[in-house]
Amino acid sequence: MKITGKTNGGSALIQSLENEGVDTIFGLPGGAILPVYDPIIDSPIRHILVRHEQGAGHMAEGYAHATGRPGVAMVTSGPAATNVITPLADAYMDSVPLVMITGQVPYAAIGTDAFQECDTTGITMPVTKHNFLVTEAQDIPRIVHEAFHIATTGRPGPVLIDIPKDIVDPKNPRSAMEWYEPGPIDLPGYKPLTHGDPALIREAAELIMRSERPVIYAGGGILKARASAALKELAELLGIHVVTTLMARGAFPDDHDLCLGMPGMHGNYTAVTSMQECDLLIALGSRFDDRVTGKVPDFAPHAKVIHVDIDAAEIGKVRIPEVGIAGDCRLVIEELITAVRDLGAPGNLPDRQPWNSTISGWQETYPLAYQMSEPGELLKPQHVLETLRDNTPDDCIVASGVGQHQMWTSQYWKFNHPNTWVNSGGLGTMGFAVPAAIGAKVGRPDRMVWAVDGDGCFQMTAQELVTAATERIPVKIAILNNAYLGMVRQWQEMFYEERYSEVYLSPDLPDYKMWAEAMGCVGMRVESPDEVLPAIEKANGIDDRPVVIDFRTDAREMVYPMVPSGLSNSEIVVGPGQGDGGH
Amino acid sequence: MQSAKDANAPRLHILSVLVENRAGVLTRVAGLFARRGFNIHSLAVAPTDDDRFSRISMVVDVQSAPLEQMIKQLDKLINVIEIDELAPQEAVSRELLMATVSAPPDVRSQVIELVQIFEGRVLNVGQESVLISLDGSPQKLDDFERLLRPYGIEAMQRTGRVALPRLHQRTSLQIVDDQVS
Repeated sequence: MKITGKTNGGSALIQSLENEGVDTIFGLPGGAILPVYDPIIDSPIRHILVRHEQGAGHMAEGYAHATGRPGVAMVTSGPAATNVITPLADAYMDSVPLVMITGQVPYAAIGTDAFQECDTTGITMPVTKHNFLVTEAQDIPRIVHEAFHIATTGRPGPVLIDIPKDIVDPKNPRSAMEWYEPGPIDLPGYKPLTHGDPALIREAAELIMRSERPVIYAGGGILKARASAALKELAELLGIHVVTTLMARGAFPDDHDLCLGMPGMHGNYTAVTSMQECDLLIALGSRFDDRVTGKVPDFAPHAKVIHVDIDAAEIGKVRIPEVGIAGDCRLVIEELITAVRDLGAPGNLPDRQPWNSTISGWQETYPLAYQMSEPGELLKPQHVLETLRDNTPDDCIVASGVGQHQMWTSQYWKFNHPNTWVNSGGLGTMGFAVPAAIGAKVGRPDRMVWAVDGDGCFQMTAQELVTAATERIPVKIAILNNAYLGMVRQWQEMFYEERYSEVYLSPDLPDYKMWAEAMGCVGMRVESPDEVLPAIEKANGIDDRPVVIDFRTDAREMVYPMVPSGLSNSEIVVGPGQGDGGH
Repeated sequence: MQSAKDANAPRLHILSVLVENRAGVLTRVAGLFARRGFNIHSLAVAPTDDDRFSRISMVVDVQSAPLEQMIKQLDKLINVIEIDELAPQEAVSRELLMATVSAPPDVRSQVIELVQIFEGRVLNVGQESVLISLDGSPQKLDDFERLLRPYGIEAMQRTGRVALPRLHQRTSLQIVDDQVS
């Protein structure tokens, strides 16, 4: 579509989206947004009709995670708008660039309790980076442009545009407008940061050059800033080990000698302990989340901290850094590289051999490990994951839900490329995996996309597999079916004297294989270790529809290591076979 | 959280926040404070001389959260253009008080005398009470309120303080001289 001159708000909206480079909208129409759905027919934008608006939001998130481009979703007013609150909150917590368009009752009806009216901008204010209620058709091109600018710059996040029906309905005179290309962004209160303060960069470089036991604490900001290459250069130049948080898996390759993997509550021993024992913590695009720090006063007690973040409010929010640098992670890392080179790097460094030996000692003593099951026994979830990992392409995209299966996936997968891990970190949204995987596959049709899901999570959003089957989006879902809300069960086992309250789900109800087939997918069930590989190979060969595999796993299996909630990271508990007794 | 604060540091700070004059901006500011657990002690809002902008004068309680966090979080709101923290000694602040005070004929003259001492105004007089106003520094209003109370305050409204930075005593010429020398 290419409109000029006189038009209406609805056509202008679609034209504006095209101009922003949008190729896909995830959505579901309804009364208030109906007029906008008419011009979609004539637009090259692909619209994916979801089965529930929450699915549209998570698909848009999955698309954004996998591509680095903003995801776009569009739904109607009232209940549709409330159904996207969860994805908005999820995207806000994980800094996912998203533009959400919601229909609204006609402008004159706002405030009258009209049918399917709700105060969408009011409700979403705390879970969006910004939102707009558009009151005039003429504002649409400008506001759409501003929304994409806000969603994708600075610390990315979700932006919502609420559009009353009358200004997009060509039958209503209030929708009449003159098309225009929006001019340069004019947001006097929004000036995203870019370069770091040179004096602070110099100070940080000096700390780095003096440190005997440094660790880089890489967060999701590395991916958002497209700073993976810069991070690798910095780490290699100085020989500094890197931990990658749940949000940063893939930001630094897992197969790299300097990669220590995931820290935090279920992080591996070496990642957790190296942070505890380091003398310098270089936090790059990370936010000292409680799941990483454990008990804050005891976190990394010997460390000086350098904290780089594009959001100045993150600096000093949890831990006061010795040097806090507000700026774009990629630019600041590049500036740091220059600064340490000026100070003589890679030469002129203290002897870090003892520290490096300590780290490799931990890695040898405390590996991730589990006990393999015998034929005929229930599967070990870790075994399923290792088999899946070893039989999928290196650049396979993996989505997950939230819970034990998520932690095992993050622990056992080898993420060697940015934007291959699609996950709900901050909000911890069960049901994220299926729609997010669909969105990722739409964004990256060239890649294989697997979702690793739990049986509890799967039941929350499985209906979107109907969307995937209809739209021929061949995602693959591995359900680690232990018949429990597994992480809750684990906490009840460890902290509630094995009193299992409301966590049992049944392995057979629903019948996942039949359910998958009913939704137009290939369904499989795997009950024995020797069936795991053949099922995965069969699934990998199917490219015309989604596949669901119901892996029957052992409910007694727990996620280790674990730092019990509220305790110091030094009180990490390792699992059986994960070290000589641990703590 | 932040390290322990200086026990002598003032608990209430004034933020002068320049915002876009648009629907919902006050909700964004108030909502941010509520959701982050920051306390607002008082709040006054009005358009500036440029009607594209409004100025919010807010007195915040820095015991509920570090001032730096409040400022940084506020700054993230797209509609917030500029934030000035006015340290109490660096600000000139004023507040308006209106009160209906019980003043039957036998004590009316005492109440009016008090108003005159404080350079307030009597706005309205009834049989049994008077409606008065006073503007001034919050401290002056506190004193006035304390002295009025024995007569019986039937209704009272204070605006919350508004503030602007204190002007420096020196002339610009002197500042230039300082820089040269």
